[in-house]
Amino acid sequence: MNPNAIEILVIDDEPQIRKLLEITLQSNGYKVREAPTAREGLALAASHPPDMILLDLGLSDESGHVVLQSLRQWYTRPVIILSVQSSEEAIVTALDLGANDYLVKPFRSGELLARIRSVLRSAATEPEEQLIVSGDLQIDLRLRIVKKNHEPVKLTGTEYSLLALLARNEGKVLTHQFLLRTIWGPSFVDQSQYLRVYVAQLRKKIETDHNAPQHLITESGIGYRFV
Amino acid sequence: MSNFLLHKYTKKSQYIVSISLILSVAALCYALSDFIEYKVVAFLLLVLVSLIAMFFDIAPVVVAACLSAVVWNYFFIPPRFTFAIQSTENILLFSMYFIIAMVNAVLTYKIREIEKEANRKTVRENTLKLYDTLLNSLSHELRTPIATIIGATDTLQEEKQKLSEAQSAELLSEISKASIRLNRQVGNLLNMSRLESGFLQPKKDWCDINELIYDVLNQLKDSFQHKPVEVHIKENLPLFKLDYGLLEQVLHNLVYNAAVYIPKYAVISIHASVSKDNHLILIVEDTGNGFPEDEIAHVFEKFYRLKNTHAGGTGLGLSIVKGFVEAMGGTIRLENGEDYGARFTIDIPAEVAHVNDIGHES
Repeated sequence: MNPNAIEILVIDDEPQIRKLLEITLQSNGYKVREAPTAREGLALAASHPPDMILLDLGLSDESGHVVLQSLRQWYTRPVIILSVQSSEEAIVTALDLGANDYLVKPFRSGELLARIRSVLRSAATEPEEQLIVSGDLQIDLRLRIVKKNHEPVKLTGTEYSLLALLARNEGKVLTHQFLLRTIWGPSFVDQSQYLRVYVAQLRKKIETDHNAPQHLITESGIGYRFV
Repeated sequence: MSNFLLHKYTKKSQYIVSISLILSVAALCYALSDFIEYKVVAFLLLVLVSLIAMFFDIAPVVVAACLSAVVWNYFFIPPRFTFAIQSTENILLFSMYFIIAMVNAVLTYKIREIEKEANRKTVRENTLKLYDTLLNSLSHELRTPIATIIGATDTLQEEKQKLSEAQSAELLSEISKASIRLNRQVGNLLNMSRLESGFLQPKKDWCDINELIYDVLNQLKDSFQHKPVEVHIKENLPLFKLDYGLLEQVLHNLVYNAAVYIPKYAVISIHASVSKDNHLILIVEDTGNGFPEDEIAHVFEKFYRLKNTHAGGTGLGLSIVKGFVEAMGGTIRLENGEDYGARFTIDIPAEVAHVNDIGHES
């Protein structure tokens, strides 16, 4: 992917953050547009649809949640939330409203760039790609076969469904509620003990060191992410 | 003493007590009036008014003074059982009695007011001193990294040509370290205000303690500087229904504290187990020097810092730990090991779910 063609819209009311993002992104070859308010951000997104949006939750004229909601009525490309609110509810709400990822301020630039690459990559892949490769792990969605270091890994039906769902959304945080609802069904949304147990089991099978996971990453209080 | 008595008597009972004291002493004197002269009775009543003035408010004391004058006049000054006073000497005596009783009452009361004011002043000064210490340690903790950032950026901007590449890199790394330190302190202050606001409501959800412990250790990787951490998790540890975020912060602060304060050779270990009545027992211990015995009782106090400590800190970390543990209904205990090191034991009651009941599937 050639970053020169990629345009990112930054919606944030803090000039210092906008300046920082502008320099960081431009020096990595992205084109940057900026908007200091929700109103200008929405207008700019409509007039010059960017390849992705970095959206601050605490805007002065409107909450980022509201901006996200109206964006998602037509905008299908990635949105990453930037926020000083580390409250889990605010983040879970944003993810449920269709944000692809989130970063809590202050964040490291390296982390931001990695997240941007990751959401752009998954946006570019075909929605039903058949083979997902991540490091030592291979997931063949057509044949339902998982291989680690070219050795087949035996998974139960639920373990496979969980891994496949996370892998199809590579790089994206899936909330506890979403995972429970999708894999176990709507009546299991509050039964997070199932998720804990299956994630632990999965890690033992697919991670080299299940205590230092490289693929199934915990987002504390929010959900899990496959990388 | 005076405080004790003041607390004991409400305004109404102060009146009742002083009136009945005057009346009973007067009655006693009346019964003994064959043996004591009416002038001695005056002195006895004056002493009583002074005593009352030492403990009670001004109004009941004035009432007692007036009442004693009237009683003395009516029952003791001849001619008795009249308010009339005949001899000039007795008129003089009565007037003097009245004046002395009033002066006595007012003076004693004034002295007590001055004393109270002095007390209030000492309390205020102590509070101010405490506040000063807090402010000092806090501003030191916040200003040091800010000073580093401002100084380093100035040097980078203004002395660009004179700096070697290595020096610039060093300055940049100092800026980075200072910002991380600043961020940590702000985090502590925010957590503290969450606690102080009284709105901290634990959001309980199923926690995998294994996941939690390693999650925290991975976050702290950079703080350890190769200090070994041993983890002992009881086999088949159930899931606990607790607030993951709070528990994470608790463990984070304890392990971070240990990593910062213990000597290089020391080892940190974490033990997790479940008690018979389904409490989560988390132990964080180290093989460092332990805490001075006489300071153990204070380490959880807000802003408390060990006396002979040189490492930075606001004295908030451990009080947040205690606050969060208690918010989840648990307790935390600190003790020194028999030979060396410190041991924090956390005990939190919780709902548990056994993994074997959940994960079975072919």
